[in-house]
Amino acid sequence: MHLGTLDTVRYGRWLVPALAGAIVAACLVPVGYVLWSAASVGPDEAYDFLVRPRIGELLWNTGRLMVGGVVLSVVFGVCGAWVVERTSLPLAGWWHGALCAPLAIPAFVNGYAWVATTHAVQSYPGTVLVVSLSYYPLVYLPTVAALRRLDPSLEEVAAALGRRPREVFTRVVLPALAPAVLGGALLVGLHLLAEYGALQLLNYPTLTTAILQQYGTAFNGPAATLLASVLLLACLGLLALEMLARGPAHRARVGSGTARPAPRTRLGRWTAPVVLGLGFFVALAVGLPAASLVRWLVKGASAELDLARMLPAAGTSIGLAAVAGLVATAAALPVVWQAVRRRSSWSLGVERAAYTTSALPGVVVALALVTVAISWLPGLYQTLPLLVAAYVILFLPRALVAVRGVLELVPPRLEEVALTLGQSRAGAMRRVTLPLLLPGLVTATALVALAVSTELTATLLLAPIGTTTLATEFWSEASAVAYGAAAPYALALVLLAVPATVLLGRSSRGEAR
Amino acid sequence: MKPLSAVVVSVSVALLGATLTSCSSDDALVVYNAQHEQLMEELVPAFEKETGIDVELRNGKDLELAAQLVAEGKKSPADVFLTENSPAMAAVEREGLLAKLPEDVTAPIPEQYRPTSNAWTGFVARSTVLVYNTDQITEAELPASMLDLAKPEWKGKVSFSPTGADFQAIVAGVLATQGEEATRTWLEGLKANGTVYDGNNVVLESVNAGESPVGIIYHYYWYRDQAEAGEVSDNSKLHFFGNQDPGAFVSVSGAGVLANAKHKSDAEKFVGYLTGKTGQQGLADSYALEYPLNPEVQLDPPVKKFSELAPPAVAVSDLDSAAVVDMMTEVGFL
Repeated sequence: MHLGTLDTVRYGRWLVPALAGAIVAACLVPVGYVLWSAASVGPDEAYDFLVRPRIGELLWNTGRLMVGGVVLSVVFGVCGAWVVERTSLPLAGWWHGALCAPLAIPAFVNGYAWVATTHAVQSYPGTVLVVSLSYYPLVYLPTVAALRRLDPSLEEVAAALGRRPREVFTRVVLPALAPAVLGGALLVGLHLLAEYGALQLLNYPTLTTAILQQYGTAFNGPAATLLASVLLLACLGLLALEMLARGPAHRARVGSGTARPAPRTRLGRWTAPVVLGLGFFVALAVGLPAASLVRWLVKGASAELDLARMLPAAGTSIGLAAVAGLVATAAALPVVWQAVRRRSSWSLGVERAAYTTSALPGVVVALALVTVAISWLPGLYQTLPLLVAAYVILFLPRALVAVRGVLELVPPRLEEVALTLGQSRAGAMRRVTLPLLLPGLVTATALVALAVSTELTATLLLAPIGTTTLATEFWSEASAVAYGAAAPYALALVLLAVPATVLLGRSSRGEAR
Repeated sequence: MKPLSAVVVSVSVALLGATLTSCSSDDALVVYNAQHEQLMEELVPAFEKETGIDVELRNGKDLELAAQLVAEGKKSPADVFLTENSPAMAAVEREGLLAKLPEDVTAPIPEQYRPTSNAWTGFVARSTVLVYNTDQITEAELPASMLDLAKPEWKGKVSFSPTGADFQAIVAGVLATQGEEATRTWLEGLKANGTVYDGNNVVLESVNAGESPVGIIYHYYWYRDQAEAGEVSDNSKLHFFGNQDPGAFVSVSGAGVLANAKHKSDAEKFVGYLTGKTGQQGLADSYALEYPLNPEVQLDPPVKKFSELAPPAVAVSDLDSAAVVDMMTEVGFL
């Protein structure tokens, strides 16, 4: 059992747990709303609504999308990371950038581009492929980071003990990658549970699209929240699975900052096929949506660049994304600290609880905050702080996964050493812990910022009146069938996401200095 | 914090501050707008100029804004609610959140297109149409009635979007004219025959691409795409059922004033502007291509004339959305 240094700071004993508890409690507000609203449906009525073929169909669709999407994302992410980090692939740095790029393309843009190209994607395999092409970077990035930090001496020891390269990979490398891969897979799973825009275009009905349809057709809030409670159950299942797979191991290692670069597998005559394969993959994941955006720009009669409209929208998007990214990262710190450094079933439970809300569609979270804010915090209603809070609640898991990934690898002993060398506790935190955490904090901020820049529903309902973002402007034009006019906004979204993507790419390779 | 990130953060905070401070004032009329934003962007400046009243728009979809108004209840900051289809308006009316509109505001709109309660009024309308792929279907093969699409000969040939407010209004039209039994049979036949998509734009795109020979949509999706580039409509044409067929159903977009509006008289002026001749002309001239309901104003060709639509005689008050939802749930669309 480690004793975290922060815990011995006078106020740390209660401040960190209190902060973590308060943050997670705020995150659970939408869950409370869902249960409260669903409870207004009588038990018989609820039974009749939930136990019928349509719901079975939705559950089946949601379940197999999760399995297919998560597995394929893991395959894409892990293979890509291994090829880039551990083989003699030429121009590995460039390929790394290309493999991060899909993060900058909103899933709904990708969905539209694919449907415009071939209707074959409006099927189960097609849907799995398209969502995986959008979300695999959530697995790829942490896997790259873990491969970089992995100490090659472990592999050398295994090899020296007579293991063949393949065995070294499956028995040493893969288990060491597991936490990173699992964290990424969990994020992909949560996103798939809550995804709406892309699935609507791909014509793939899930629980989430059905929730939106309940609001949209029946204007029936209680029925929609009843479906949302089923979604929550699915999310709990996902969290339990990830926890089982993760196991109880501690992974900190002294000297994690100084791992030598691992030796790379020589591709030899496989170089050409691997490069071709990667090229084809990048063309599917990045080239196709980019080409479709350019086609709208060129062909659409309504295509025009109204800078007076675009610049404020872009400014707001950047500002909201940056602020929400920073706030979410700050909020993730105490929650992760509790879960990693004061590991108990309680602190782990608190951390897990923060994930549940992100499985809910944006409209449910937004309506929960509408209901709560207008009754108890009318002064905050439709103001900036409430909007940022909504973003944090929706996207906190992205920050949690990123921060956890680094904190798990920082041994508390380093701080203890700093203390014995005469550093104050604050000094130890500032000069030892924070620098080691920095890559994770950068990743967390960038991941949340990317999600915020494409968020639509909570923005429409909760933003101060008159606020426009690139996502709201894109939606406004696209829903009016003015794809030409919508394209510049989508393109601006993609371009603005490039810096965050570059930051992510660099920090995953330990270059964020 | 590194200097670069400090700069990035302060710039973004400044940008955010600058863009958000410019837009909140207490006297402005607050409109929750589920109509297409482009439509309002043409009308609102003209209204502001004529009356000196400032208008602020919160844009969204029928479903989100109606749910939001219901969640906000009496504390809603909204003064006016505008929808694309009538069911969202009816949902807010059911909660008792709408005020009765004055006679002079609703007078220009024919009675058929506003509820007897006078809690809101229609102001523009969209016609149900059948879009067909011209390579797969000839004019002679087109069905005489929308109800024919449930017959076996249309198996695998029809697509529609049952999950939006649009289709719900269409079913409500069928229910009002044909009765419950016929409507259920029709829905079941349609489910057996058809491909379900999520969104009228998706239906249009699939028919145009030949995925499905015919699809049920609203007229303006096709006309707008024609005005845009024809990318998802050039291989297709529209078939208007006419003859008071349920398939010629006209769905209205509603405008209403909230009972707890802070700026009630301004709100009434705004709705009055939407129904009056100037506002309706503005609607007709806009990109929306939806039908103005004030008989003094007509839409320009190539859009088919409103007077030639021959829709079934269904008053908006007769649309029973609760029964429609029950039926669609039973058949398994929801």
